[in-house]
Amino acid sequence: MNIMSEAAVEKALDQKMSDANFKMVGKDVSVYYGEKRALFDVNLNVRKNTVTALIGPSGCGKSTFLRTLNRMNDTIEGCRVTGKITLDQSDIYDPSVDVVELRARVGMVFQKPNPFPKSIYENIAYGPRIHGLSRNKSDLDQIVENSLVKAGLWNEVKDRLLEPGTGLSGGQQQRLCIARAVAVSPEVILMDEPCSALDPIATAKVEELIHELRANFTIVIVTHSMQQAARVSQRTAMFHLGNLVEENDTDKMFTNPDDQRTQDYIMGRFG
Amino acid sequence: MTHAHITSAFDEELKYLTRRISEMGGLAEQMVADSVRALVNSDLALAQKVISDDAILDDAERQIGEKAIVTIAKRQPMASDLREIMGSIRIAADLERVGDLGKNTAKRVIAVAGSGIPRKLARGLEHLAELALVQLKEVLDVFASRSPEKANSIRERDEEIDAIYTSLFRELLTYMMEDPRNITPCTHLLFCAKNIERIGDHATNIAETIYYMATGAQLQGERPKDDTTSTLGSVTD
Repeated sequence: MNIMSEAAVEKALDQKMSDANFKMVGKDVSVYYGEKRALFDVNLNVRKNTVTALIGPSGCGKSTFLRTLNRMNDTIEGCRVTGKITLDQSDIYDPSVDVVELRARVGMVFQKPNPFPKSIYENIAYGPRIHGLSRNKSDLDQIVENSLVKAGLWNEVKDRLLEPGTGLSGGQQQRLCIARAVAVSPEVILMDEPCSALDPIATAKVEELIHELRANFTIVIVTHSMQQAARVSQRTAMFHLGNLVEENDTDKMFTNPDDQRTQDYIMGRFG
Repeated sequence: MTHAHITSAFDEELKYLTRRISEMGGLAEQMVADSVRALVNSDLALAQKVISDDAILDDAERQIGEKAIVTIAKRQPMASDLREIMGSIRIAADLERVGDLGKNTAKRVIAVAGSGIPRKLARGLEHLAELALVQLKEVLDVFASRSPEKANSIRERDEEIDAIYTSLFRELLTYMMEDPRNITPCTHLLFCAKNIERIGDHATNIAETIYYMATGAQLQGERPKDDTTSTLGSVTD
């Protein structure tokens, strides 16, 4: 028996496994806003059931990259995306892709909580209803409850589901938005600075939530807080001037990063 | 090349830690040299000075620890900044121990004084102390330069100290076997030799810490060990 070849086989199997573990793959992704190029050939893979944090100074392209993952850039006038992005190995920029359906699979949570001016119940029920995810009222009730439980909000709002969502506190509103994203059973959740408008307690709750959601979802989060990236993510990608500088294990990234620019940025030094 | 912090106060805090550690290092060196000099010359006044100097070193370690804690809480340092601060805490602890060992040697001066240390033994102790001090001095220079290569080479050299310590150990045993009246002073001298040998170990610890601060990696493998006294004099020896 040849031990070396066996090890080689195992390595190949590992490789295959890790390829299958990539939920989304970005290959040579560039984004242009009119004449201005915002992203330069970014190659970044998003692992399944993993929290990937995107960090970098303002204007570095991290939010731009995030928005390419569910084609939010489509809504911006003059925005052009080149390269290839796949979700479970299929191209999300293929002309045959239904963008509404894509966004149900790749949900998004924004910086400022933006509940609909409707009841808490309706905020959650809206998505499942338009996507036809429920057959009847009790189905829908169940989805609303499950989503609020997953978002850690159920106990706080179960007695006032018919009150307006905008009446909740900022932190509760953000968790409502996460519950709303979760309600349509997405596979990936994109979060664009979800805690920057929240106090530390609400932030801690959202971070705890992110930690729990990882079991069922793949999460990509843009954050300006180094500490938050270090706390919630397993992988971290550092952007600078539209380039992906470094992508690494979060533990490595914040104790001993490979790239000088990452080093300078996370340590708050002049670059 | 690392750039300055955007918040200059952070740079000041890190500089404070570096400066205080260099001061501690200087004082610890002085204490060790003085303690050995007091021992071979039976200089009680010098021994007393070493004993009182230890309080300064203890204070410095506490202050470095407090400053480090406050800096971590305030700045939430990352990467090499974090390693720098954690390293400072560890090095301060090692230097404080070096001071304790010097103090312990100084305390024994009183017990040994008057018993007349044989010239040969005194020279052995002096030589051991010289090596430990060179080790300590070099490691403090490496602390200033943060050179990982040099940190590694210091670690390699602890062997020499261990070898001399082992030969001193044998010698002291011989004296004790020759005349039971030697047992009391020789036991004290044995502790003194052990104290000095331990200083080499602390210098090695510091070298490893500096290596980690500079590279983010731990030095791999067992450090070289030549101290065989743990089995010396046993039936199988």
